[in-house]
Amino acid sequence: MEDIEHIPKELKLIDENGVRLDGRRFDELRPIRIEAGVLGRADGSAYVEWGGNKVLAAVYGPREAHPRHLQDPARALVQCRYNMAPFSVSDRKRPGPDRRSVEISKVISEAFSSVIFKEQFPRTSVDIFIEVLQADAGTRCAGLTAAAVAIADAGVPMKDLVTSCASGKIGGVVCLDLNKDEDNFGEADCPMAIVPRTGEIVLLQMDGHLTYDEFQKAMGLSIDAAKRIYDLQRDALRRRYSTTVDEILREAAAAPAPSPAPAEVAFDSQLDDLGREGSP
Amino acid sequence: MEGKGPVRQIVIPGESVGGPGVKPGPGTFGEGGKVYSAHLGVLAEKDGRVSVIPLSGRYIPEPGDAVVGEVVDVGPSHWLVDINSPYPAPLHATESPWHVEFGDTTRFLNVGDAILAHVLSVDEAKKVQLTMQDREARRIEGGQLVEVSPTKVPRIIGKEGSMLDLLKEETECRIYVGQNGRIWLDGADRDTAIAVRAIRLIEEQAQAHGLTEAVREFLEDAYRGREGRGPA
Repeated sequence: MEDIEHIPKELKLIDENGVRLDGRRFDELRPIRIEAGVLGRADGSAYVEWGGNKVLAAVYGPREAHPRHLQDPARALVQCRYNMAPFSVSDRKRPGPDRRSVEISKVISEAFSSVIFKEQFPRTSVDIFIEVLQADAGTRCAGLTAAAVAIADAGVPMKDLVTSCASGKIGGVVCLDLNKDEDNFGEADCPMAIVPRTGEIVLLQMDGHLTYDEFQKAMGLSIDAAKRIYDLQRDALRRRYSTTVDEILREAAAAPAPSPAPAEVAFDSQLDDLGREGSP
Repeated sequence: MEGKGPVRQIVIPGESVGGPGVKPGPGTFGEGGKVYSAHLGVLAEKDGRVSVIPLSGRYIPEPGDAVVGEVVDVGPSHWLVDINSPYPAPLHATESPWHVEFGDTTRFLNVGDAILAHVLSVDEAKKVQLTMQDREARRIEGGQLVEVSPTKVPRIIGKEGSMLDLLKEETECRIYVGQNGRIWLDGADRDTAIAVRAIRLIEEQAQAHGLTEAVREFLEDAYRGREGRGPA
């Protein structure tokens, strides 16, 4: 490996006890937080914090596909734009699409193409926007995870959520979910996206080299982790409507003795204002 | 309060909603003898058939739907109407209630006009056609429009129109609900304001049981407060 000569000799990405730079073991994920429905104007949206990554996803559609010649009379288009903010990395990133983001956009849209029921919406397009606000390796996985939640939030019918996670090799050990330093100085990185229910793989890329056995191991790690991330995605979607469920419970409990709910008090005061407006 | 029961279950795309012997209804799909949800929605089961009522999503036109549309383009023999769906909906001059000479379409409807219409047909490729050959179809004059999520429209109408009847009765407004989530209201300013608030209440609490009663209470409260701030 000539191309990694610049690695500081003393830097050990994983020590003899199997502990990584950030204290994780080989099979541990970084902390992940997912929130659904964070944007008011989009049909569906989600925000994901994944270690040092901060990613927003917004989904529009199905809506009329533009330009018209792109429309498919038999099914919907799934279009994706992955974009990194100029301030998402330590050296300012030149804004606008580049080779890397065009590629990522393409593979992500293809990943979702296989789960969305496109035939139900001929001549339309489902547009996915992924904005990386802060990057710390694994942004395409974080973006995919966010976009899957956003698509479900938009009410677009699909076979299953898509879940994504990367594995790689650092210091000769196959590890899950590499962070920035591990990605930069490690030997390989292999992001993948799966459909958890069926185990189908909808995205698989590799940067660097893995032997067949290492690849098998990396895949096993990613699939295991994807199941954990899947639970977080489902949780986020449920939480989106849990406030309503709380209201229902409160309403049910308060039913025998009707007392004005806080919301209705607010309505009353607004109506008072209206009354004054109406009779000057 | 009637029909309280357990809170309806929220399901997520790909979630299993039934085993063998269960028929997949709207919002679900069958695969390998099992039934899965295709939407983020609430589960409904009836006669061995499961369906998922989506919590969000766009309006997809169906023949016979009553819609509130806005004219966005005019041709010599048709109008193009935006019905809040991914598909543009043309209204042909022969489907209008007037006798329109070729090229004389703008005498009846212009860009920006709102209409009450029905969906005449939707074909395989989702080509939509509208019709105004109906008693209630007409050009909208006055009143105001509010937009709600199309998935909440059934709740605003209620069982056999119960919710809508309640709204009309209490607020004395003329209300016309389009399946596409556009609602036209006409009445006294304060009445419409109260009706709009009630509609927002329904939209927010669409999954609640006993919603009609909650709305009745809200409306009665609103009017009690208004009439000379009487019995507090």
